[in-house]
Amino acid sequence: MQTDNLELKKLVYLYLMNYAKSQPDMAIMAVNTFVKDCEDPNPLIRALAVRTMGCIRVDKITEYLCEPLRKCLKDEDPYVRKTAAVCVAKLHDINAQLVEDQGFLDTLKDLISDSNPMVVANAVAALSEIAESHPSSNLLDLNPQSINKLLTALNECTEWGQIFILDCLANYMPKDDREAQSICERVTPRLSHANSAVVLSAVKVLMKFMEMLSKDLDYYGTLLKKLAPPLVTLLSAEPELQYVALRNINLIVQKRPEILKHEMKVFFVKYNDPIYVKLEKLDIMIRLASQANIAQVLAELKEYATEVDVDFVRKAVRAIGRCAIKVEQSAERCVSTLLDLIQTKVNYVVQEAIVVIKDIFRKYPNKYESVIATLCENLDSLDEPEARAAMIWIVGEYAERIDNADELLESFLEGFHDESTQVQLQLLTAIVKLFLKKPTETQELVQQVLSLATQDSDNPDLRDRGYIYWRLLSTDPVAAKEVVLAEKPLISEETDLIEPTLLDELICHIGTLASVYHKPPGAFVEGGRGVVHKSLPPRTGSSESAESPDTAPAGVPAADQPSVIPTQGDLLGDLLNLDLGPPVSGPPVATSSVQMGAVDLLGGGLDSLMGDESEGLRSDVGGSPAMGGGSGGFAPAPGTAVPSNTGAPLGSGLGDLFDLTGGVGTLSGSYVAPKTVWLPAMKAKGLEISGTFSRQVGSISMDLVLTNKALQVMSDFAIQFNRNSFGLAPAAPLQVHAPLAPNQSVEISLPLNTVGSVMKMDPLNNLQVAVKNNIDVFYFSTLYPLHILFVEDGKMERQMFLATWKDIPNENETQFQIKDCSLNADSVSSKLQGSNIFTIAKRNVEGQDMLYQSLKLTNGIWVLAELRIQPSNPSFTDLELSLKCRAPEVSQYVYQAYETILKN
Amino acid sequence: MIGGLFIYNHKGEVLISRVYRDDIGRNAVDAFRVNVIHARQQVRSPVTNIARTSFFHVKRSNIWLAAVTKQNVNAAMVFEFLYKMCDVMTAYFGKISEENIKNNFVLIYELLDEILDFGYPQNSETGALKTFITQQGIKSQHQTKEEQSQITSQVTGQIGWRREGIKYRRNELFLDVLESVNLLMSPQGQVLSAHVSGRVVMKSYLSGMPECKFGMNDKIVIEKQGKGTADETGKSELGSGKQSIAIDDCTFHQCVRLSKFDSERSISFIPPDGEFELMRYRTTKDIILPFRVIPLVREVGRTKLEVKVVIKSNFKPSLLAQKIEVRIPTPLNTSGVQVICMKGKAKYKASENAIVWKIKRMAGMKESQISAEIELLPTNDKKKWARPPISMNFEVPFAPSGLKVRYLKVFEPKLNYSDHDVIKWVRYIGRSGIYETRC
Repeated sequence: MQTDNLELKKLVYLYLMNYAKSQPDMAIMAVNTFVKDCEDPNPLIRALAVRTMGCIRVDKITEYLCEPLRKCLKDEDPYVRKTAAVCVAKLHDINAQLVEDQGFLDTLKDLISDSNPMVVANAVAALSEIAESHPSSNLLDLNPQSINKLLTALNECTEWGQIFILDCLANYMPKDDREAQSICERVTPRLSHANSAVVLSAVKVLMKFMEMLSKDLDYYGTLLKKLAPPLVTLLSAEPELQYVALRNINLIVQKRPEILKHEMKVFFVKYNDPIYVKLEKLDIMIRLASQANIAQVLAELKEYATEVDVDFVRKAVRAIGRCAIKVEQSAERCVSTLLDLIQTKVNYVVQEAIVVIKDIFRKYPNKYESVIATLCENLDSLDEPEARAAMIWIVGEYAERIDNADELLESFLEGFHDESTQVQLQLLTAIVKLFLKKPTETQELVQQVLSLATQDSDNPDLRDRGYIYWRLLSTDPVAAKEVVLAEKPLISEETDLIEPTLLDELICHIGTLASVYHKPPGAFVEGGRGVVHKSLPPRTGSSESAESPDTAPAGVPAADQPSVIPTQGDLLGDLLNLDLGPPVSGPPVATSSVQMGAVDLLGGGLDSLMGDESEGLRSDVGGSPAMGGGSGGFAPAPGTAVPSNTGAPLGSGLGDLFDLTGGVGTLSGSYVAPKTVWLPAMKAKGLEISGTFSRQVGSISMDLVLTNKALQVMSDFAIQFNRNSFGLAPAAPLQVHAPLAPNQSVEISLPLNTVGSVMKMDPLNNLQVAVKNNIDVFYFSTLYPLHILFVEDGKMERQMFLATWKDIPNENETQFQIKDCSLNADSVSSKLQGSNIFTIAKRNVEGQDMLYQSLKLTNGIWVLAELRIQPSNPSFTDLELSLKCRAPEVSQYVYQAYETILKN
Repeated sequence: MIGGLFIYNHKGEVLISRVYRDDIGRNAVDAFRVNVIHARQQVRSPVTNIARTSFFHVKRSNIWLAAVTKQNVNAAMVFEFLYKMCDVMTAYFGKISEENIKNNFVLIYELLDEILDFGYPQNSETGALKTFITQQGIKSQHQTKEEQSQITSQVTGQIGWRREGIKYRRNELFLDVLESVNLLMSPQGQVLSAHVSGRVVMKSYLSGMPECKFGMNDKIVIEKQGKGTADETGKSELGSGKQSIAIDDCTFHQCVRLSKFDSERSISFIPPDGEFELMRYRTTKDIILPFRVIPLVREVGRTKLEVKVVIKSNFKPSLLAQKIEVRIPTPLNTSGVQVICMKGKAKYKASENAIVWKIKRMAGMKESQISAEIELLPTNDKKKWARPPISMNFEVPFAPSGLKVRYLKVFEPKLNYSDHDVIKWVRYIGRSGIYETRC
């Protein structure tokens, strides 16, 4: 190692790096040479030594590394400094504490003001990485001054350095639109850089800061125009980079369709493009398709449908269907193109075409049914479940126009058990539709399919759908007709859109892997690194209201919120997720008689609804009106629209009652904390839940605000609690009267009781909640304040209090301090009384007020308290609280309750 | 950041493996081999995620270069880096092949150590690297202190691509305007898409630190000047009329001052020594399409195809196009082909499923024709032949975009040579990119 030959030295160092881990003791012996090399007159050797030392990941060595590193960070040679800056990041990866203790972070921050641009760039890179593992720390304290320095360095450093700096800039939040504009102005020249990564990172900064600019500004328009050419140029790069660029353009087109709306041609597929580039280009073409360019697009798509690659051809065929749905004027041409393709008889083309034609029928009812005959000719060649299901749907939907519909469906029925679930479900629905349309001839067929579905199938979804139809048909065929043949909601123009919250996050990750996968970093990065959620800055100025019409694709009125068709599977899932329904197993013991009656009523109704299936149809008489009524309140879903929330009509009446009591209760109710967000939209596919707990006149309730931040309508809400320490459970189902439209929110007060099953939680007041809607089931947990469990009859007799106080052993007494509370004894006492903490006696000892208090929890546990107040001494505002209880583990939470009540 | 870098041969054997970060385990090398190199299906994306580890790969001839990471890295940067890595290796030892990599593995490790530190790309300019990473390992002893600090300041400095103190007896520079024309035409002769992607490559042998200024017939610049000097109307109108071109977008080598281009649209720079790519640009308007292909395909029954293709050259009769090649695809079930052509040579190449028609030279405004009869074997394959487009290759001695170099001025204030003393050469070459006509 002591050699003068630089190349040999490098090789020895390389050997050390690779084998130090397996032989740490040997590695220690090299330390001396490293330290010596760090003093070498040749800067290349100094840098080499410090670089290598950082790569030797042996704990013992790190201690020796600190001194040389400190020197190198202040070295006169920029080459050494830039290497040392990265070395800090290496050391932090091995031993974060050491780096903080040694003050390297501050030195690193100083390097941001270094005179050499490359040192600045490496320091920025190192700091960004360290900051990522400490999301809360304020390491990269970006302010206008440091931003200015970075922007200056941006002009001078290497291409890689520019990327580090731009990525770092993207995390900055300008304080106003002026600052955002000035940063944008200085970043735009980067769009002409030869390195695609520099361009994409610059695009990221611009896309993010553009959010803050008012749309009325001239500059905003100029910036939009400047963004298009560099994005197009990225497409002449090597195919791998094209792929990255296309994935990002896909996001940009969704966020700001106006940027590339005139650039359709560049996304035309070339014969020699790799398949991954082809598929991405196709996706973007569909997004950009509009009335103006549809003719060109269609001609291209037709060309693609004759290519070799099966995936690509399928996607092209599907794209034709999407064009038809998106641009109404083109629908006719699309349909005729699809028919041409069906004539080719290429198996997968035909199948794909039938799947998309089904959607076209949905979108434009009573327009293109003339083609059904052609479709029916190809019945035999369909072997994929999706195509078969689509075809069966078409036959069922238009049974009255197809003369031999019953024969067609019967032919499918023969191999019923070999079909996939998707086809089986569709077949069941289609035959029921057929029966409702032509009841006389098809009775036998429907009985056959119902018995196949209910008796011979193991699939619970299929069986239950079969039972529901069976019962509907036998009790009230008119209602069945209303439900099964209900009008279907429109389908949306845009499909495969990314959820807006996710899209905004991905825009902040332009250029990175997240934007390639179209997933948030948390989905593919392990541990806490880089999983910090990023979000776009909020729009400033008056442009908020102008936002939505502008971003909506041309020709689509903004008010038309797209609704996405739920697939049949989802719907059925909703129907059968009864386990998530309200748990109304036993009669509640709550004091309020109103609540008592309510739950009983509901329980009865539900029982009769969901009652034993084998009992047959008679027991359902009670339930069917509820079902019929329920369907009115819900958007009829395709196929089988039976509301899952059968209790809704009953529940809504009760909700009014509760509202009433709630209104009275506010006068004397206990303290209610402001609502906090429990479930962010990011984690729940667009559903945001915030809420709080309250107790009013003996009843506990959970006050929720549900906000829909997704694109699609949400419905079929239900809630369930996990077992918890005090047996909290919903006393009524979650009542959301109408489906929740996008960007709408609804306030709900959910009554709770404490008769649920009990399990000790840690912390004691932890509550785990599951909420379900038509999209998915989401889980979150929250802490409830204990005072909602303090019951109204918690006032103890004086004698009893004394006896109990003595009776509870001293080790069960816990002392707490409530700091900075300047209330006097009377106001404290009245404040606490509101939350059912009752003062039994008051004494004055040596100028201090002593309050003796009692409270009782819903599960019958008594807590006794002694509160010491010093009104005479204004500077001493702490209250002393001692609590005695037979179950001392609750004391801490009672103290927390005291604190919240007194401080608010 | 990049966690590791692997180089494999076509069999999936590891040639080079350099791991920068601890989160990349030893099994990562095998994971890529099993899931990508030896994968049954064709790889469908250049980015692969295997067990929360992301692999980026590029292929050069039959060598695989793969970068690995477990973090949310800048994907565009990783690919740019991989390309750069290829460039650097090519500059050091020529073609990237298994043999060359094996012979230079010490050098490659040394390079990897220098251009990637803890997964962060560092200076990767070949010019700078060659000053201190050499293939003869003796250099370090002979360097004086000044030389050493010169190296480090160059590697980290503002002008990392050029060293000081370069001297030439003859100051000379060569400018090549290399363009590739891309065309997609419908069978009816409608242009579906056409664009030119061009590069300006400069080879300079200039002393000192010369300040250069490059000018071309960019519409925006010429219009600006036209406004500025309104009295010279006659002359400037001539200039801005047909002679100027609209450039859609351009990108520059890192030596060009981008902020100056953004504000004044002037291209000024201090060039690296030797050859480099000054700029890339893209135009879509008023492109001169050097050739027009007119295809005619007729299916005569199920076993015969008749193909007639006419090519027309569309440029000044005084200019000559070279290396013309027309590739007419034939169906997979072709059994025999008869070709008749007026000019050049045509051959049916069964292995490539195409008729290849080659013409050495062709002057402007001429026309040539080929006709072929293709006999097919009867098949019971229902699927129709996909009819791939007819593609063309050629080289013409002008820039199809219409770009002209107006000037390249050189200033070197410290040394005593002026702009007039520099010998300058300019050359235009237009080549075919993807030049296809559907049939």
